[in-house]
Amino acid sequence: MTGRRSFPFSAIVGQEEMKLAILVAAIDPGIGGVLVFGDRGTGKSTAIRALAALLPEIPVVEGCPYRCDPGDEQALCTECRSRRPLRAVMAPVPVVDLPLGATEDRVVGALDIQRALADGVKAFEPGLLARANRGFLYIDEANLLEDHLVDLLLDVAASGENVVEREGLSIRHPARFVLVGSGNPEEGELRPQLLDRFGLSVEVATPRELASRIEVIRRRDAFERDPAGFAAHWSGAEAALRGRILAARQCLPDIVLPDAALERAARLCLALGTDGLRGELTLIRAARALAAFEGEAEVGDATLRRVAPPALRHRLRRNPLDDTVSTTRVERAIQELFGP
Amino acid sequence: MTEGITNPWPNPWDEAMRAAAILAVDAASMGGAALRAPPGPVRDRWLALMRGLLPPATPWRRLPPGIADSRLLGGLDLAATLQAGRPIAERGLLAEADGGILLAAMAERLTPGIAARLAAALDAGEVAIERDGLALRTPARLALIALDEGLEAEEAPPAALLDRLAFQLDLSAIAPAATGGPGPTAGQVIAARTLLPGIAVGPDVLEALCATAAALGIASLRPPLLALHVARAAAALAGREAVAEEDAALAARLVLGPRAIQAPAEPAAPPSAPPPPPETAEDQPPRPGPEALEDILLAAAEAAIPAGLLDQLRLAPARARLPGKAGLQRQSPKRGRPIGSRPGELRGHAHLALVDTLRAAAPWQRLRARSGPAGGRLRIAREDIRILRFQQRSETATLFVVDASGSAAFHRLAEAKGAVELLLADCYIRRDRVALLAFRGTGAELLLPPTSSLVRAKRCLAGLPGGGGTPMATALDEALGVADAIRRRGQTPLVVLLTDGRANIARDGKPGRDRAAAEALEAARALQAARITTLLVDTSPRPQEAGRQLAAAMGARYLPLPYADATSISRAVRAA
Repeated sequence: MTGRRSFPFSAIVGQEEMKLAILVAAIDPGIGGVLVFGDRGTGKSTAIRALAALLPEIPVVEGCPYRCDPGDEQALCTECRSRRPLRAVMAPVPVVDLPLGATEDRVVGALDIQRALADGVKAFEPGLLARANRGFLYIDEANLLEDHLVDLLLDVAASGENVVEREGLSIRHPARFVLVGSGNPEEGELRPQLLDRFGLSVEVATPRELASRIEVIRRRDAFERDPAGFAAHWSGAEAALRGRILAARQCLPDIVLPDAALERAARLCLALGTDGLRGELTLIRAARALAAFEGEAEVGDATLRRVAPPALRHRLRRNPLDDTVSTTRVERAIQELFGP
Repeated sequence: MTEGITNPWPNPWDEAMRAAAILAVDAASMGGAALRAPPGPVRDRWLALMRGLLPPATPWRRLPPGIADSRLLGGLDLAATLQAGRPIAERGLLAEADGGILLAAMAERLTPGIAARLAAALDAGEVAIERDGLALRTPARLALIALDEGLEAEEAPPAALLDRLAFQLDLSAIAPAATGGPGPTAGQVIAARTLLPGIAVGPDVLEALCATAAALGIASLRPPLLALHVARAAAALAGREAVAEEDAALAARLVLGPRAIQAPAEPAAPPSAPPPPPETAEDQPPRPGPEALEDILLAAAEAAIPAGLLDQLRLAPARARLPGKAGLQRQSPKRGRPIGSRPGELRGHAHLALVDTLRAAAPWQRLRARSGPAGGRLRIAREDIRILRFQQRSETATLFVVDASGSAAFHRLAEAKGAVELLLADCYIRRDRVALLAFRGTGAELLLPPTSSLVRAKRCLAGLPGGGGTPMATALDEALGVADAIRRRGQTPLVVLLTDGRANIARDGKPGRDRAAAEALEAARALQAARITTLLVDTSPRPQEAGRQLAAAMGARYLPLPYADATSISRAVRAA
């Protein structure tokens, strides 16, 4: 979406859990978004922006501002419902940036002033929520976003629909998007209500091994000096990764979920005392997506282990009696249940 | 290896001039510089030098502190829009500074919000706006010069910003008389700019810069990358075709030195120094080439570490991540400093944001004139209304947890009540909210949920009977619940526990001193884990070990009542 070339996803050094969480959320958007929290200069924004170039194109209804899926009758917007036949074209998955300082009218959409003035018609000018439909909405510095915008986003993300009432305009349109947030805990904590809404949460830190630090700088410098050449060098890896995402999406419905895995997931959530069923559902969904990505036929222990930390660490009940960080608690519970 | 260093600019002013020249060669890729100096001739001279080194037409803009989004990012041009009757965009300061320098005065007072907007522009090289019906992307390849006028060590520009600026120059110790000497010239900068794209960097330089950053405890990966850009520009300035050892040393000195948070691992390191992570370069001998260079860079960077900096870091324990009671900032519709506006309805205590309302109404004027009655007036509709948002220090809600058990009643319940009454008066002055939780017998009861009504609190307290056991754990569990609820409402909880510390009723209501005490300590630790500010007032006749232990478990300030009259308790709460 951005005019500038973004750093290739496959060229990101290390940060395996962050990459895994982003890929899993891309394979199954139903998992409900990713929150990336961590130190400065760890490439949080880089990874998320790289997603736009990586994702395979999707079929959309030609001319529809919301990029409706021609294959999904249920999710069509009002215009597409009356539009027959639906002509499908391929379009990139939107990864929309919500810049700081955005005003509400641009987020939800408003009356198109230019057209109203020039042609005297009341036309709706879609906002960022419309543009993000079927894609990703990225909030950098999620903890600095103004509260009223956060509430609005959460409301729309939960309902999948954006309702606009303005200047005599009454519009509702689909707005199903994956919320991706990033932030630095030093800048302020996230409200617990916001935290719960993210399916996965990842904590990133700068790599500590010198070799990977050097590699990060080397690649970054090469990219800055010659973005096109760097992208060309990585295009093979990007294409391979794109292929794996596509394949994973296709075989996702066929992944077998053995009762044993279900039970494991339930026991893990029980041991950690996560609130409600959301943690369990997310854990299962994420495990299926990961199994699909790894080309496995069914969800096994190894897969559960890998997705448990991002799926559960932000759901632990607050004010724990021991003040160890949530990551450690999740890992301890995993070890107790699955063995070392 | 230190003897290998060439240090041609040992004088800080020369060093600052050197940084100016390097920045002028490739400003946008270096983020910019933080300039710590009081306003005065030295700073003015450096800025004049910097400006003189840049090509004449280079934008040079000042960023006032507390700038509004419409001015910083851009948005709707109100006057032009009203006149034209259709939306007309106005460029923001970031777009105006494209290709040049943005000067942030009083950078130590930049808010996190503005810092994040600046950081986003520095990262993307463009400014994206989604405001007032406009969706625009405008190039903003700029460098920021953050003028840091902070006096105390804690006053510094936001860390998110410093991380992105290559240079951190401290001019505050330079005397105006010491600012003479021949400086770099604009001609040198022009020559370097043409050389820059062809400058080669050997792999050893890159590795040595990374290793040096790691050895100095610099976690972020931006500084070594910035140092690489600086080394390249330094080589270009020196007329070389490849980065030489001295360019890398200069980069380490200028970029990495001021960011050091630990001394490089050395056998002679002072015992009080925190043990550096085992990954530092010294522990893993790399190939001989980079190692030699790395030693040189390390020595160069060390030379630039401000004297006493490491001692300061060592002495000051890591500052608490969570902002303290006074640091929490919240948004309130009523009071505080205006921080922008949002759509809303004018009711209750909302204040109209006049300009923002006009801005929202402006594009629609011609349209509304067509449909509405004729007349030259502005037509403002309900959806245009913008109300001001304010930021203020968060309201504090003080929860009094009063031990009304038999033992406490016997000792000093009356005095405790007196103390609470005095505190209530204080809370009233500060417009804090108060809540009252009493415990005795087998349970705890929230007698008064958070309220700002002093009268109710007083009445409630007066009617509080004493007697029965001390179910401490239950009371603390309850207090944590109330404090959490207070926090969820956006207020800062403060828990004041008045007790003699002698728990004798367990959570299940059964008597038993040992189990009750263990459970009480456990509940107290939960309060600390939730990072709730607490104060324990020991009401026993003599200060007891039990009270002290409980206070320690809560992380509470401990205040024995025997030595304290009611007035000193109230002082302690104010300080908490």
